[in-house]
Parts: sequence; C-alpha cells; structure tokens
Amino acid sequence: MLRVDALTVEIQGATILNNVTAQVLDGKILAVLGPSGSGKTTLLRSIAGLQRPTTGTIQWDENDLAGVPVESRGFGLMFQDYALFPHQTIGANVGFGLRMQHQSTDAIHRRVSEVLDWVGMSGSEGRPVTNLSGGEQQRVALARALAPAPRMLMLDEPLGSLDRSMRERLIVELRELLVDHQITAVYVTHDQEEAFTVADRLLVLKEGVVAQEGTPESVYGRPSDEWTARFLGFRNIIQANVIDGTALTSWGRLVVGDVADGPQTLVIPPDELSLDPAGSIHGKVATRTFRGGHYLLQIAINAGPTLDVEVSAPAPEAGTEVRLRPGHAVAL
Amino acid sequence: MGPILAVGVPLVFLTVVFLYPLWSILFAGLSGDGGPLAAFGEVFEKPSLRGVAWFTVWQAIVSTGLTLIVAMPAAYVFARYDFPGRSLLRAAITIPFVLPTLVVGSAFLALLGPNGAFGVDLSSTIWAILIAHVFYNYAVVVRTVGGLWAHLDLRLEEAARMLGASRWRAFRTVTLPLLRPAIAAAASIIFLFTFTSFGVILVLGNLEFRTIEVEIWRQTMSFLNLPVAAALSVLQLVGVSMILLGYSRYQERRSIEQRLAPAAATARKPQTPGEWWTIGGILSFTAVFLGTPLVMLVERSLRVGGEWSLAAYTSLGETSDSPLFVPATEAIANSVGFAVAAMAIALVVGILAATVVAYRRGSVSRWFDLLLMLPLGTSAVTIGFGFLVAFDSPIDLRTSPMLIPLAHSLIAIPFVVRTVVPVMRSIRRRLREAARVLGASPFRAWREIDVPLIARSALVAAGFAFAISLGEFGATAFLVRPERPTLPIAIFRMLGRPGELNFGRAMALSTILMVLTAASIMLIERFRLGEAGEF
Repeated sequence: MLRVDALTVEIQGATILNNVTAQVLDGKILAVLGPSGSGKTTLLRSIAGLQRPTTGTIQWDENDLAGVPVESRGFGLMFQDYALFPHQTIGANVGFGLRMQHQSTDAIHRRVSEVLDWVGMSGSEGRPVTNLSGGEQQRVALARALAPAPRMLMLDEPLGSLDRSMRERLIVELRELLVDHQITAVYVTHDQEEAFTVADRLLVLKEGVVAQEGTPESVYGRPSDEWTARFLGFRNIIQANVIDGTALTSWGRLVVGDVADGPQTLVIPPDELSLDPAGSIHGKVATRTFRGGHYLLQIAINAGPTLDVEVSAPAPEAGTEVRLRPGHAVAL
Repeated sequence: MGPILAVGVPLVFLTVVFLYPLWSILFAGLSGDGGPLAAFGEVFEKPSLRGVAWFTVWQAIVSTGLTLIVAMPAAYVFARYDFPGRSLLRAAITIPFVLPTLVVGSAFLALLGPNGAFGVDLSSTIWAILIAHVFYNYAVVVRTVGGLWAHLDLRLEEAARMLGASRWRAFRTVTLPLLRPAIAAAASIIFLFTFTSFGVILVLGNLEFRTIEVEIWRQTMSFLNLPVAAALSVLQLVGVSMILLGYSRYQERRSIEQRLAPAAATARKPQTPGEWWTIGGILSFTAVFLGTPLVMLVERSLRVGGEWSLAAYTSLGETSDSPLFVPATEAIANSVGFAVAAMAIALVVGILAATVVAYRRGSVSRWFDLLLMLPLGTSAVTIGFGFLVAFDSPIDLRTSPMLIPLAHSLIAIPFVVRTVVPVMRSIRRRLREAARVLGASPFRAWREIDVPLIARSALVAAGFAFAISLGEFGATAFLVRPERPTLPIAIFRMLGRPGELNFGRAMALSTILMVLTAASIMLIERFRLGEAGEF
C-alpha cells in the first residue's frame, strides 16, 4: 500500500504541491485528475523518486521511501511522451528492466513475449521503435513498464497524444489489463471521462492542493466545490437559500434532498433537467447546437444565469419560449 | 577531476597548437626588415599583391552567386518532390563537397585541361576555376537551402495563393523571404570556402590566378618572404572574421521563428507530365554536371598515351622515374597513417570539449564553443604557415612527423564538436529517468543510454576527421617532408611534372583518394542516426 502524507514540493520558489495526502490500496487504481499545471506529474515524479519532496513523507507498506533511490523503489512509470530508447528494438526496450534485475536471457525472452502479448504486440520484439505509430508506442511503453512486474505502476497521461476514438478503446483495454493482473496503479490524466473509466478511487488536484478524493461515483455525485463541479463538466450551478428541503434560487424553487438550511451552492445534473410544458422554470432558447446524439440548448432565464439542457430531437428552435422541469439538485 | 580534464585538455591543446602559431604569424608580420609595419605596407602598395586581394574577393563573390543560381532548381526538386531514388541521389550529390580539393582540381584538369574531353583547354582561365567552385559547392545549396525548403509549411504558400497571389508572386513574397536564412547561410559558407580556395586554384590557375591563400604559399615557399606571407595571413584572417561576424549579426537580426513541418508532409510525387519533364531535366543536369568530371578523372587514370592501360596504377610502386623520392604507394600508406593519428587526436580533444559545451551552461560554455569554432574560420594555409613559424625555435619541431596529424586534427576538431554536441544535447533527460525507474543505477543509465547514443555520433565524427585528414592539402603543403609525402602532395607533384605517365599517375592517385574519401563518408551515412548532427 502506498501512502503519501502531507507532501509539499517547491521548485524554484514555486509551490507545486501543497500538503497532498493520498493512498493507494493494493490492487486498486487511483486516478489523479486535474488540469495542466495542477501538479499531477510532479506528484508522480515525487513518488518515483525523480523529484525530492520539500516536506512530507511517501511510504510503501509503512516503510519510508525518503532514502531509497529511484532504481530501488520497484515502481514502474510510464512517461507522458513514452521515452522509448531510440537505439534499442522493441524487445530490448521491454526487456530493459528485466536486464537490470539480472534475469536469465531465457526468462527475459519469455517475459517480454508475455507482456507484448498482453498489449497486443506479440512477435514485434525485433522491430525498431523509431517508426511506431502513436498507439503502438503507447503499447510498447506500457509493456516496458509492466515487464519487471513493478509493485506499483504509474501512468502519466498515457493516452494523452492519441486521438479520441483510439483513447476510448484503449482506456477500456487498459483498465481490464490492470484489473486482470491485479496491478496497483496511479493514473494521471486531465480528462474526466478517462479518470471515471479507469479509477477505483479518484483524487482531484487543483493548483497543487487536493480538491476532492473518493470513489468516482461519490465524486461525481457530490462535487466538493464549484471549481470541482465545473472541472467535472457540470454547468448549471447556482447560489440558493435552503429552507426545509426547498431551495429558493433566481431560477425559481428547486427540490433538494437532505440539505441543511441556509445559503448553499447547488448544482443540477444534466439528467435532472428536462423540457416540460408544466415545468416550473420559464425561459427562452438562446442558442441551439447539434451535438450528434443530442442537442445542447442554452436557455436564457429572466433573472439568473443561463441553463444548459441536453435534449433529444425534435428540439425547439432558438427564440422559442420553453418551460423546464428541474429534478433533484445537489448541494456542493 | 573529470571537469578539469574536459576543460583543460582542449584548452591547452588549442593554446599550443592554434593560438600560439597565430600569435607567431602576427609577430612575424610585424618584424620585417623595414620596421614593424613594413610588410603590411608592401601588401597595400604592391600592385601585384593588391591584384591578388581583389581577385580573391571578386572570384569568391562570382562563385557564390553562380553556385546559388545553378544549384537552386535542384534544391527545389529535392525539397518538394518525392521521386524514386531520392535519398540515394541526395547522398550522391554530397560526394563532390567532401572530395579533397586536389581531386577536384585534377578532375577538372582531366575535363577542361589541355587534353580535355571537349577539346577546349580552359585551364589557366577563370572559367575552369569558377566551374570547379560551383561543382564543389553545389551540395551546400541543395542541402542547406533545400533542407529548410523541405521543412517550410506548404500551407503558407497555399495561403498566399488563396489570397490571390500568382505562383511566382507567392514564391517571391512568401517562400523566398522564409528561405533567406538558409540562403544567407549557404552563401556565407560558399563565400568562405572560395575566399580561402587553395588546391583548386593552384591546380587550375597555374599561378596566373592567385588567391591570398595561394600567395601566402608562394611568398613562403618560393620567395621565403615570411613577413609578407604573415601580413597576408593576418589580413585574410581579418577578412574571414568580418564575414563570420557579419553573418552571425545578420542571422540574429533576421531570424524569424517559424514552425517547421516534417519533410515528409511537404514532399509529393510529381503528377503531370510537365512536372516529370522538369524534374527529369534538373536531375539529369545535376547528374551530368557532377558526374562527368569524376568519370573523366577515372577514365584518364585508365588511359596512358591514348591507350587503355593500367600502367598508371601498376607503376605507382616504382621509384626510378617517379617525381617523388619514394614509391607513390608509400604516399598512400603515409596518408592513412597520418589520418588515423589525426582522427585519434581530434576525437579525444573534440569529445572532451563537446562534453563541456553540451553539459555546462552559461558563458563558460559559450566562450569555449567560440574558441573551438575558431580553427574553422582559419584557413588551412594559415594553420600550416603558423606551424612553420611557431615551431621553429626554441625547439625546431618542423621535421617532426607529428606536426601533420596535429594540424589535421586542429581542422577536424570543430567538425567533431559540431557532430557530437547536438546528439549529447538531444538525449532527453526523460530517457535517463526512464532507465532509472526501470532499475538502472545512475552509472548504468549513463552506460545504457548516453554511451550508445553518443558512440554513433562519435563514429560519424571519426569518419569526418579521417576524410578531412586524408584530403588535407593546404596545411600539409607547408609541413610535409620530401621523403614522407601524403596523397594530395604526391598528386600535386605528379601534376607538376611533364609526361603522359605522370599525368596518368596523378589521375590514378586522385581516383584512389576519391575512393578512400567516398568510402569513409559512406560509412558515416550508415551510422548516422536520423538527422542529428549539424553536418
């Protein structure tokens, strides 16, 4: 089990990570989610031993890693740009870690072909790495990180440079691979969907500070603050005054569940908002955009911010007066 | 210990072998008979010497302009079109550029000389010299200008066309200005080479045409007028420095940052018959222009007295009727021996220096880099002449066989540094980190990642150093001992003697030198990893 405790990292006077605490249970996947510049990569580099923490501790199974050099930590790291060795073949790249462990040539051969098989690149040992496609590089880099059977694998934006359809396919494969082989992993990404798909636990980083931590469902179901909610893709956020389970907002009355009375910030999830002639919110369609599977409508409300609604066809034209029925709102 | 060695060895080497000889030249120039500035006065007043200076400048300007015009179409074709055999052809056109000057001189003597292929004797005319200079520097334009051209974003020109510019207008207003840095770079390289041209002019100009470089040699070897030779060297050095300085100022001022496209994205297959004809025409011209002199060289070496024969080759082992004091075959052995020694010295000093330039930051590294590049701007003749004046007293080292490899290595070191430094810099820190994470100790990571990657570029550098030393003529001409001639020296002496057989032998030795040089350059191409390195 990995424990990061009160980790602070300063680089050239700038605080990159501030009092970060996190843990990863054996065989589980922690996704670290944050926009660029939030300190995700620095967190990985600190755990790997490539970056010295300013204060705080990093422990593995209760042992402090402070004095342990990079090569003795037994962690795997898959770099964002893959960092494949250009002067070595695929086989030599994947076998590198095994050679560092002084394994026999036979054992290296077997293991290399095994992990290449896992990532769907069997038989490619002799090929050079210099003319691989993005997807192939990603697979070889993953195989190389997996080959020495690290006690934990860290992946830094592993799908970052691939196109969308490739990402959506590979992320599922990746999750299956990690779960099937019970690999403990830290997965860094700026993409919410990727993080939700891959994670057992989710940690949201904002400017070097942990904004929220929990299961993907709990984080999505209840973002901790407005910034997190917006970063996760929620758009309908409003200030409210709650009295007895009813919230008074500039959009009108909203029903909320178990929320304390008083001023609150509320969010209406997209699936909790629909067009309904009998709805309580009255507004006018400001813009209508076709998004393939659905339309996105921006509804201008008399008093208050615009509301975003996803509806299926047929969708009202811009300028149409509409009524909306809000479902349950969530308090942040 | 390591850093002291890396800075100290190159610094001591350059001080003793480069700065001290330069200082000696300056000293010699100031210590003529009629007072400190007499030699300089003579250079400025004597009409023949003023003529030499004027000729040096104008032939360099004309050669540069001609080369740019003649080679530009080929630069375009290689940059913008993808045709079968492109990379092979591009490698082939580089061969003239790496050939020793004496080989180029011989080849044009075979082509345009008294017994030339076309029946016209252009030797001892300016035309032979100009054509040889264009031949020699053709690849500089194709590689330098074409290199940037291939990476220019096609969409910029397309955008100009979409905005209503004609093909020509788009070229003139968009492409040409963007190419300007490369054109300036090519022009200054060619100007520098032709400004200090020695071997070609000596062979084709018959002493009727003399550059400053040739004049320094003549003043020293024929008239023993060291003060005038020194004054000429100093003036030439000033001229070269001004060119280099002007060029770097220009590049700083004019540099436009532009996003470069991968070459593969800008080259396309020719489509219309018109395109095929244009490309075919330009490539045929290139092949004939660059190929004919070399073919003629080989042909002449195989014909003695109008008959096909191997006599020129088989008689290389003889001493009796040879203008050398030793069999010509010994010249081959001497050259290879000197080249191996020069290569070893250049590699040790160059790689030590490269680590300083690549891994140190700040002004130390920059000044060191500049010092290392200085020999590149100093002509070979100046280096040879400098050795001659410097290593005379207190200890007379001029008979030492080590002087030749030392001079050669001095010329080769800038090439070694420029080849190795970019590779050292390009090894991304990520790769070392990846090795560490996979369980390699810092030393192991260095051995597994840095060493193999640098080793390739060191091999490339070694090939360059070897080829440079093999063909070096200007410095060697001052330092050579009669009984230990090198290949270029042997060729020059053979050319200077009458007789069909001697001419045939000169052609045969030139052919051998060409093959040796081409072989070491081909080896370089094999080991080159991608496009790394600046040469």
